[in-house]
Amino acid sequence: MVASSILVLFLLGLTAAAILAVASRLLHVAEDPRVARVEACLPGANCGGCGYPGCSAAAAAVVDGTAPAEVCIVGNIETSQRIAAIMGAEVHFKEPRVATNICSGGDRANLIFDYKGVEDCRAEALLYGGEKSCGIGCIGLGTCVKVCPFNALRLSEAGVPVVDWNACRSCGKCAEACPTGAIRISSVTSVLLHLNQTDDCLAPCMQKCPAQINVRRYIQQIKQKDLRGALLTIKEHNPLPLIAGRICPAPCENICRRKIVDEGVAIHTLQRFVADWEMQSGIRVPLYCNPPSGHKVAIIGGGPTGLSCAYFLRRVGHEPTIFERREHIGGMMRGVIPEYRLPKKVVDWEVQTILNLGVETRTGVAFGRDVTLKDLEREGFEAVLIATGAWKVPPLGIENDDAEGVVDAISFLERFGREGPDMSGVRVVVVGGSNTAIDVARSARRQNALVTVLVPAIQRKMTANKDEVERALEIGADLRFLTAPLALHVENGAVSGVTYCDLAYDDPGKAAGEPKPVSGTKAFIEADLVVAASDRVVDHSLFTDADGNPLFKRDKKTGGVSANPTTLQTDIPNVFVGGEVHTGRNILIQAVADGRRAARAIHFHVTRGAVPEPDNQQVQVIPETILKNMHVTYTIPRVQVPLTPLEERRISFKEEVACSISYDVARKEASRCLRCGLTCYDADAGAEYTQDDDVRPIDRPGSE
Amino acid sequence: MEYLMLFISAIFINNIVLVQYLGTCPFMGTSKSTDVAIGMGAAVIFVMLMAVAFTWPLQHYVLTPYGIGYLQTIVFILVIASLVQFVELFLKKVIPPLHASLGLFLPLITTNCAVMGVAIMVQRGEYPFFKALLFSLATGLGFLIALVIISSIRERLDISPVPAVFRGIPVALITAGVMSLVFLAFQGMAA
Repeated sequence: MVASSILVLFLLGLTAAAILAVASRLLHVAEDPRVARVEACLPGANCGGCGYPGCSAAAAAVVDGTAPAEVCIVGNIETSQRIAAIMGAEVHFKEPRVATNICSGGDRANLIFDYKGVEDCRAEALLYGGEKSCGIGCIGLGTCVKVCPFNALRLSEAGVPVVDWNACRSCGKCAEACPTGAIRISSVTSVLLHLNQTDDCLAPCMQKCPAQINVRRYIQQIKQKDLRGALLTIKEHNPLPLIAGRICPAPCENICRRKIVDEGVAIHTLQRFVADWEMQSGIRVPLYCNPPSGHKVAIIGGGPTGLSCAYFLRRVGHEPTIFERREHIGGMMRGVIPEYRLPKKVVDWEVQTILNLGVETRTGVAFGRDVTLKDLEREGFEAVLIATGAWKVPPLGIENDDAEGVVDAISFLERFGREGPDMSGVRVVVVGGSNTAIDVARSARRQNALVTVLVPAIQRKMTANKDEVERALEIGADLRFLTAPLALHVENGAVSGVTYCDLAYDDPGKAAGEPKPVSGTKAFIEADLVVAASDRVVDHSLFTDADGNPLFKRDKKTGGVSANPTTLQTDIPNVFVGGEVHTGRNILIQAVADGRRAARAIHFHVTRGAVPEPDNQQVQVIPETILKNMHVTYTIPRVQVPLTPLEERRISFKEEVACSISYDVARKEASRCLRCGLTCYDADAGAEYTQDDDVRPIDRPGSE
Repeated sequence: MEYLMLFISAIFINNIVLVQYLGTCPFMGTSKSTDVAIGMGAAVIFVMLMAVAFTWPLQHYVLTPYGIGYLQTIVFILVIASLVQFVELFLKKVIPPLHASLGLFLPLITTNCAVMGVAIMVQRGEYPFFKALLFSLATGLGFLIALVIISSIRERLDISPVPAVFRGIPVALITAGVMSLVFLAFQGMAA
């Protein structure tokens, strides 16, 4: 009995084993053994982020040769290296990517109806795009959280997804599932080179800023005591926060929604605070850069545009070299803008931060004279950025404008920066209403010159920064608004005075258009020195080929080199322009923005051969983001930046006029920020400061 | 008529999962999405048919004649396991598309109690060979139907506001219980 049962089982087992053994031989499917080995390297998450239906399909594709060794988006560099070792291939650098949520609205958004239904964002989006009035914001039902295979997402208390960047593997499932596009996959390159889109969550300040700095985020980071994070946020789009924080006229503050309630947030003061914090600490916050890609780019001009472009190119992995005509990198920021507005040591620190990333420089090399486009091409540069600025001051265009004692503003300021001559009793007449004119006036006035400025506009229409005009008036410069010079008088070969006339607008109320001379008005003023500072224009004589023909077309409107406004590409495909050489006289932050725009175009040009037009580019302020009424709870006075006392300004030339603010003051100012989204905002911003005397609740909500 | 009654009874009245509570493991495990459920159901039907086709002769020509019926369980396990392995090898070589769609589930079913249960039930019922095959086909269909129903319900549950404590397996178990109650309503309609 026992024997037979053992026997039967033994025989059955033997038969089955034999059949299976034979079958495995006969039915063997030849499979490349590398497929199994490659698959063993893959994480086995079967997330499909690579574009193949699962890890085994991806492994098969790698062995096939259709997919590279770095196919897996989930695995790290080691995964790729192991696969490459099996395949005998080389690992290419793969930029890390991560999911990011652009919506900050959450429960602040206005509702257009009350949704009760299937708990899925995609279902809700079918009804009028969701219950929130904002069409691009997060719907908040957490579909992304449900689809995430790596548990990298959770919903915050405000109902927007928060990404755990350590867990996120950038498989893209969340972005695919999100019906509004509030969650996206981004990389260092895409963040650095992103141009504002109309479907981004843009507060008014972020739309107005030419550099498109994420103002909302960095101010919140200051509020949360994360200064390092704030600096990195600024440096995503502005490599020169120390400088911009000092001389930017801050268009962002003018459009700040808080102006409806009290005054705009002191955005650029906060930017300077963060940048100063880094400089005062003496330690540079490390900036992530991609490893070198081997693409060499030549940048002509070491001003803000050139520096900005070099910075962005280096961070996304290319190898820029700056060619600078002068001995120092920094352009007009170093040596032209006076020390009391922008100290040299500040510029040098900022420039050094950029050069430390691995940007090469060649100083004392002038474009056209020492180096030409041909030379650069021969040297292996794949693209060239022309960023030589607008340094030429046009002559006054009146009688005797070439007499002794007539100088242009740039050479005046340059000499002043070097020597700082005593000008006691010298009668100086400055012609112009730009920042340059005001700089000349203030510098001369500080050295006890008697300064008169002939401004061809009324005060609020001047192109100079409002604060700077105030400083010039404070120090005793005589600003004569709505005047223009008629002729210069010469005695013994040197200038002795200026006759000028009054100007008037066609419509004095609006003060629009160009003011015209009023006939019959004529006045005379004595002068030992006349400084022309009416404008700065592009010197096109630099851009000629061997035969003396111009290299580029001239833009009729700006007087600069003409180029595609989005890509900054000129008629020569691998030559780009940016900054004042393209836009004509402009503000620093525009130069920084152009540098970034050019970096984007050059990046695509050298990696893909063509520059794509960005989608849904935001070029104008989005009308629905300009609110008429707001319900803000508290009013908090705007920070007053302390100024160096007037007497000291006369003695010292080195002290900055505008001083720093303290940490506590900065945080209180940051709390004024309403953290605006496209349409939403924090109504109770600043609630944590209600104990302070100067913080008061607003009785009547809304505005007048 | 007898065959029709057997067929209906095996699918609904004596549903293998919801009435006889066999195969609850894949019933919970592979019922998160309808696609997976259909694949699993098809694989179960296939393996059940094969298992009965092989174990029936074995019982009748080996176990019973030699008086070793008490070895039924162990012999069936051995045979079904080997069979599934063989089928997988066979499909991979001969019908790769079928292997691609069922391949993932075949190893899961090797030791599935529903398959084993059917093999033993046809012996207890002393069905003739053809009737045994029909019974296994019907039972497999019953499994497929139950699996598809619960997976569709669970897909809906995933996007419904379920209290946090019930999310996932708990609410699925409750659903399975309710479905089981519903199937009890078929009781008494036929033998």
